[in-house]
Amino acid sequence: MFGWEFPPHNSGGLGTACFGLTRALAGRNIEVIFVLPKKVGVSSSYAKMVFADERRVTFHEVASSLKPYVTSEGYIRERDAFLRDIYGNTLLQEVRRYALRAREIAKKEHFDVIHAHDWLSFLAGLEAKRVSGKPLILHMHATEFDRTGGQGVNQEVYDIERSAMEQADGIIAVSNFTKQKIVEHYGIPAHKIEVIHNGIDECDYADIPERLMEIKRSGQKIVLFAGRITIQKGPEYFIRAAQRVLEHNPNVLFLVAGSGDMERQIMLEAAHLGISDRVIFVGFLRGNDLNAVYKAADLFVMPSVSEPFGITPLESIIAGAPVLISKQSGVSEVLTHALKTDFWDTEDMANKILGVVSHRSLWQTLWGNSREEVKKVTWDTASKKCIDYYARVLCGGM
Amino acid sequence: MASICFYFQVHQPFRVKDYRVFDIGNDSEYFNDNSERSINNKKILEKVAGKCYLPANAVILELLNKHPEFKASFSFSGVFLEQLEMFSPETLKSFQKLVATGRVEVLEETYYHSLSFLYSPEEFRRQVALHREKVKKLFGVTPTIFRNTELIYNNALAHEVEKMGYKGIIAEGADHVLGWRSPNFLYRPQGTKKLKLLLKNYRLSDDIAFRFSSRDWADFPLTAPKFAEWASQVNGNGNVINLFMDYETFGEHQWEDTGIFNFLRHLPEEIYKHPDNDFVTPSEAVARYDTVAELDVHHFMSWADVERDLSAWLSNPMQHDALDTVYKLEEDVLASGDEKLIDDWRRLQTSDHFYYMCTKWFNDGDVHKYFNPYNTPYEAFIAYMNALQDLKLRTTRKSDLGMKANVKSGKKVTKSVQKPVVKKKK
Repeated sequence: MFGWEFPPHNSGGLGTACFGLTRALAGRNIEVIFVLPKKVGVSSSYAKMVFADERRVTFHEVASSLKPYVTSEGYIRERDAFLRDIYGNTLLQEVRRYALRAREIAKKEHFDVIHAHDWLSFLAGLEAKRVSGKPLILHMHATEFDRTGGQGVNQEVYDIERSAMEQADGIIAVSNFTKQKIVEHYGIPAHKIEVIHNGIDECDYADIPERLMEIKRSGQKIVLFAGRITIQKGPEYFIRAAQRVLEHNPNVLFLVAGSGDMERQIMLEAAHLGISDRVIFVGFLRGNDLNAVYKAADLFVMPSVSEPFGITPLESIIAGAPVLISKQSGVSEVLTHALKTDFWDTEDMANKILGVVSHRSLWQTLWGNSREEVKKVTWDTASKKCIDYYARVLCGGM
Repeated sequence: MASICFYFQVHQPFRVKDYRVFDIGNDSEYFNDNSERSINNKKILEKVAGKCYLPANAVILELLNKHPEFKASFSFSGVFLEQLEMFSPETLKSFQKLVATGRVEVLEETYYHSLSFLYSPEEFRRQVALHREKVKKLFGVTPTIFRNTELIYNNALAHEVEKMGYKGIIAEGADHVLGWRSPNFLYRPQGTKKLKLLLKNYRLSDDIAFRFSSRDWADFPLTAPKFAEWASQVNGNGNVINLFMDYETFGEHQWEDTGIFNFLRHLPEEIYKHPDNDFVTPSEAVARYDTVAELDVHHFMSWADVERDLSAWLSNPMQHDALDTVYKLEEDVLASGDEKLIDDWRRLQTSDHFYYMCTKWFNDGDVHKYFNPYNTPYEAFIAYMNALQDLKLRTTRKSDLGMKANVKSGKKVTKSVQKPVVKKKK
């Protein structure tokens, strides 16, 4: 399995998903060799902590001090030159280095299926397929169209995604929403794509500390945004909805947990709208810091412009806050007990936020039902579907 | 003797539009959605009239003409009749034509198809009286049989209905109440003297209403001869087969292409093939048959869901909150004397609003979801509570005006209240 990040050194949902799926696969007696590009990615003590008793998972970390990547394969060389010239940043160099090391690892290790997560590991997956002849399954956690909100799609990234999907033996999409995108934007036939929704394991969310209790005791309501402050996550819609809510009820506090390239812009927007004192930027949070904020919140809002899945609403529900999610999200396919909105409809968003903060009965019903629903959305279910799909791909029956 | 007693429920609520929090204080029209959504009351009524009411009425009229002994009964909610007057006078005429034959009985219910009996017996009696007036005005008849909203029933209701002078009352033949007993007899509600209880034969009723077009059902397809044969089997061990169902069964729940209209068209002639069978209206059944035993129904039952209890309207905190809130306004709304305000308040009591908030089986894509015009029960709740908040504001304004007028007599009060204030009782 080729990944890019792994908890606790993850910047988002991809690492969480890789961790959850790997652990569940190990639980179903699938031996996983998880390859990460960087030494810093996973500390061995952490890996031992989680998998000490079940040694089915082996971690391979690729040293980052590699020589420039040269390959006899024409297509890679061509792309290399192309990418270096135009994109020219370290991210793509990393991706290429990763592919080089992947080839060596694939020669040494024994495995039946190659499973690569997101475009960053796709070249690695392709190299492994080339040298081993084993089937390659790509796991699409996001497409370039989601990451960019459809604006300014990076052609190189798109090309990697597209050509990898064309060469792969099978594709897993994290939602029907994503499958649809792959079919529409990449011209991949629908029958080549299997939808496997992400999951969540409750046991990872025990003993969440209580924080922000002073605010709650003062009778203020807390509405939370948690995610990268980037165009994909729709933070500006959150701020606009906040303004509408505050016009009606000034006793609501809006928390923004996360960081990203739009952080400054969003802060200025809040100031411009005159609501800076009611919008608190708490920075990037992880682990129990993030869980504590979920728990303190009265409502979690995910106004994503395009969200292939979105694990954060599931985390929020387990931690204690019901959710308002964008209809343009994969998670809305598995959550019926959620408030849903179009990301651009800030009036509707504000109306629903006010509904939750004004009516305790709505909060109780919504959270209570969603809490039950999330219990069924497990990584074990996802891993079972993965294993079935491996079997089908191995039989060539997809 | 096996008498078939048809009772069709005909009801459409005034659905609340997507009423947002920002509309509070600015817009007092809660029921006038004019979008393509299924909360557009006019659009729904016209659609159902075309698919169900008009064609089904044509079949019933045809049967009345063809079989001089054929009979049926209807219960119309007041809010349904009002919508016919507003949106489809043609449909109203076709119902009036049926009743004019003298062989179609009209039953009594609460005008607003409400749960008022559970919250306010006074309001319940007022709404029954309003219904009585409406039926008299539109059909020229006075009902003698009562049916409560969604067949919600218990001993206390029976006592109340007897006091109000009705001869019979209709309820669900729920297993948990009947036990080994048969719904095909009349019963005496516990503690009543003269009132007779007619119970729905839910197996035979649901064969038509729910299973008719179900291909998973062993008895599919259901034909008129087959159904008549089942009905005839009651001969000798029952007096009356109560086939109670939503009228929308014909053409709306079971579409025309399932053959439901042909089934209805041919059922009477098949029923008549057995010489001991006939058709009765509820009041005829009450006049003709004696009760066989007393039936003690302490807890409320209804005809909804498998539970046959109140859980379709009262099972989650939102539903309790919404119902408590609307009935808490009773005294102030009525005191306002404002007819439009009172009417809006009553329209907000219609049981459907609370049904739409039900989350019981919401995620299984079941019947609740099918009948829910809102995307989720939560959206139904939000729109409803926003509208109710506006109604509360209107009520407060009214009573503030009244109070101020009393204090500063003669002085016109121009300042309006901007925010909803909880009225303080002296």
